[in-house]
Amino acid sequence: MNNLVMCVFFALLALPVQAGSRVLATGGATTIEGSAGGGIVPWAVINGYGSDDEWSVQAFGSRVGVDDFTLHSAGVGLSFDNRWELSYARQQFKLDTIGGQLRQDIVGVKYRLAGQLLYTSLPQISLGLQYKRHLDFELPSLVGAHSRSGVDLYLAASKVWLDAIAGRNLLLNGTIRATQANQTGLLGFGNADQQRHQLMFEGSAALLLTHHLAVGVEFRQKPNRLAFADEQHWRDVFVAWFVNPNLSVTAAYVDLGDIAGLPSQQGWYLSLEGSW
Amino acid sequence: MKSLLILLSMALLLVACSQTPKPSLYQQLGEEAGITAITDHLLHQIEHDPLIVHHFRDTDIPRFRRLLMEQLCELSGGPCVYSGATMEESHTGLNLNTRDFDRLVNHLISAMQQQGIPYGAQNQLLALLAPMYPEVIGR
Repeated sequence: MNNLVMCVFFALLALPVQAGSRVLATGGATTIEGSAGGGIVPWAVINGYGSDDEWSVQAFGSRVGVDDFTLHSAGVGLSFDNRWELSYARQQFKLDTIGGQLRQDIVGVKYRLAGQLLYTSLPQISLGLQYKRHLDFELPSLVGAHSRSGVDLYLAASKVWLDAIAGRNLLLNGTIRATQANQTGLLGFGNADQQRHQLMFEGSAALLLTHHLAVGVEFRQKPNRLAFADEQHWRDVFVAWFVNPNLSVTAAYVDLGDIAGLPSQQGWYLSLEGSW
Repeated sequence: MKSLLILLSMALLLVACSQTPKPSLYQQLGEEAGITAITDHLLHQIEHDPLIVHHFRDTDIPRFRRLLMEQLCELSGGPCVYSGATMEESHTGLNLNTRDFDRLVNHLISAMQQQGIPYGAQNQLLALLAPMYPEVIGR
């Protein structure tokens, strides 16, 4: 699956297609869950560069390697009218130390409710939904997860302040997510006693150093429902290079905290994204 | 002695700073010549953009050029007074959408790039123009 996506990706990269009318970098990057945003936090931005009445297609592939785990994520997206964003991602979480792997599929929808990232004093505000379905539920079930699938609902607000710091543009994003997911769904959803959604806060800040280069930080609050091991908040520091409207590369240093009893999982994230 | 030296160096620093004031946006845009070049680059881009050029079908281009230069000059702190209509008035009946606005912003960025305007100055100008969005769209 990942290989197929990557093949399509590189085939499309060879096509010099008009990418849409929006300003470079306003589509953000693509998160590990397939929604436009940073690396781990979905933003209110709609992926790609389509403006009013314009379509845009995206493909992405990313890899996060921390001490005892590796997460491969790949997917595709479709955006319309700078209003709707549809996405699909397949995640493959390799348990390098423990052995085995966990996979989940994520289908996402995002709808821009109000605002224009660059132009309005009101931030751009979007509502998003991620339907997640685990493909290897045996292990999550053994450690106490209740369900194989779950739905995350989030409300995100993003705004760019032009000429904010030393002539540079600043993007701030805040996201409230209602979720039942354990480790974003990689360890299933809910536990025996609790399946209700919990509200979590996620935030990002990015500074555009040039038209092509952004640096930033992200934070993602996480629930902690499985008794067998602590789940901790995620954070990262990233650099994103918007080569042109068709190609962007994001690198980050990530701190995923304890995962499944293995302490202090830190390492590198690399993501490649194409947009047409 | 030490504190005297520090005082002296601070005084020198103050003098040095006051002698090199931060250039105004108007200066960073290259004053009249720079703004003329940016405007002409921009008009060239518009002329070659089939998705927005039709909005200028009934426009008196020399007058539009003069008013745009006046406006950029005044906005950036130059010695001009914009003599045209308000943004609401001048865009009424054009029914511009966000795509038109996005494309114009991209053309302006490209014009400033061609003219070698520093990134910080580009953002300063964009920050002055962005608030006009609601005055320009959907009229």
